[in-house]
Amino acid sequence: MTPIERTIRFRRYQDLGFQVLGASLTVIALLVLGALLLDLAKTGLGRLSWSFLTSFPSRKAEQAGIASAIVGSFYVMIVTAFTAIPLGVAAGVYLEEYSRRNWFTAVIEINIANLAGVPSIVYGLMALSLFVYTFGLGESILAGGLTLALLILPIVIVATREALRSIPQHIREAAYAMGATRWQVVRYHLLPYSTGGIATGVIIALSRAIGETAPLITIGALTFIAFLPPTPLTPRPEEDGGGLYGPFEWLDSGFTVLPIQMFNWVSRPGDAFLTNAAAAGIVLIVATLGLNALAIVVRNRMRRRIRW
Amino acid sequence: MVTAGLGTMDRPGAEQVEVREAALREAWSAWPGVASGRHIPPPIKADVRSLSFWYGKVQAVKNVSIPIADRRVTALIGPSGCGKTTLLRCFNRMHDLYRNTRYEGQIVLHPSSTDIIDRRVNPIEMRMRIGMVFQKPNPFPKSIFENVAFGLRMKGFRGRSEIADRVEAAIRAAALWDEVSDRLRKPAYDLSGGQQQRLCIARALATEPEMVLFDEPTSALDPVATARIEELVQSLKERVTVLIVTHNMQQAGRVSDFTAFMYLGEMVEFDRTEKVFQNPGKQLTEQYISGRFG
Repeated sequence: MTPIERTIRFRRYQDLGFQVLGASLTVIALLVLGALLLDLAKTGLGRLSWSFLTSFPSRKAEQAGIASAIVGSFYVMIVTAFTAIPLGVAAGVYLEEYSRRNWFTAVIEINIANLAGVPSIVYGLMALSLFVYTFGLGESILAGGLTLALLILPIVIVATREALRSIPQHIREAAYAMGATRWQVVRYHLLPYSTGGIATGVIIALSRAIGETAPLITIGALTFIAFLPPTPLTPRPEEDGGGLYGPFEWLDSGFTVLPIQMFNWVSRPGDAFLTNAAAAGIVLIVATLGLNALAIVVRNRMRRRIRW
Repeated sequence: MVTAGLGTMDRPGAEQVEVREAALREAWSAWPGVASGRHIPPPIKADVRSLSFWYGKVQAVKNVSIPIADRRVTALIGPSGCGKTTLLRCFNRMHDLYRNTRYEGQIVLHPSSTDIIDRRVNPIEMRMRIGMVFQKPNPFPKSIFENVAFGLRMKGFRGRSEIADRVEAAIRAAALWDEVSDRLRKPAYDLSGGQQQRLCIARALATEPEMVLFDEPTSALDPVATARIEELVQSLKERVTVLIVTHNMQQAGRVSDFTAFMYLGEMVEFDRTEKVFQNPGKQLTEQYISGRFG
């Protein structure tokens, strides 16, 4: 064997070795995830039924359901999305396209990176003092949604900046050379071309928010709710004054969310409630995976539509 | 013979022609090679006067003066890094997009006598009056139609049929109409490189600019596409003033009426293209043109 053959051979084994190592580690990671899901399914799948999804919590495990938790999660997500998306996208566009690089923006950037790493319960503590007490929002859907919006704001900002940064400079130059103002470049070019990337980041951020527990418990989200927030423009009961509910009255309502409901059940004695928790966990995981799948679909569609 | 009607009234007398010719020669008096020939020199569209430009502390353009002839093609040639693209991008104030850049001197645009690089002049106005075609075809990831319509929409055109008419006129002017007329709503990125570049030319022409800047428009294209673009550039001078940067000397020879040779940020020689190529006045120009460096 010539020296060249020997070194080629050695390098091929090296290549193969790394391939095997990478593949086996991937399999291990997937197996752990699979085992978790399987265990959850084994415990909870039998408990899933229409009545479980549409019943309110109860002291009797067999009669308890997650109706208020599902609706609560939904409303909180609406507040979170409507707050975090405009704020985060605007901040990302400003930092990427408008701000000059100086010590001030450097400080902002470092802080955004740091915010993404702050434990979520710290956000809860801040929200308790700011939203619940200072602003007097109480333990409401509005306070909960704003708290989660703060939590995912850094993710949305970073996703927006990444999406904008992936637009080649020559596209910007082409637009500016036509006499576009900065706003026109952002409005007619950069935002449309980065929608896919931004949407992906936003959806991933929401799927993180939907599973958050700690900050909502900190601001006082309830664990036992046997009513739904007032649906806008539906009749108000006579004893409550009659008429219709206002379009935003639900914002002021008390609420619970899926992970809090789970947490509550897990901490109760007896296997029956544990089964309920597992069933609620399945619903939560389906919601999260569904959002992630949506993110992948959005990304792929945009990738097909936009090329440079 | 001119028949009665339009034009007969203000047809200039021989005397007026002479006055006009003298004025043109006077305008070019700093460039004896252009002013003296048999030809009457064209009016000057833009006058670059002692222009210098800095990226931070690096001076990329050094005290350059060049006249740009109205509705003619002027080529900027020179080796890489000689400042020709930097000079070109001064005309539409592209450098304003980046920090730490500085202009000095004047570029006077006629007949409005606007000093393009004057701080009080809005770069957006200059970009609407002076179009640009880039080195690499860079259509927007939109439809063919929307690419050309963008400038019109920004200029404030609203009427659907008017925009459609102008888009068609611009695509025709860019010699692209026959190839795309049946797929105007398709993405611009489905076009070939050469077609994309002609689309970019149509985009620049749509708003009827006074001048179009070309920054090595064929360097990313194959020879056939290149030939078409060159043909197009030649035909454009009937309607607009063209300033083109190229490091392909044959191209400069083929398409341009005037040529400026730049080296290390300075303008070495400016003259009629045939003069620069056949009988250059400077040794450096002769060496570059004969391929001894660059």
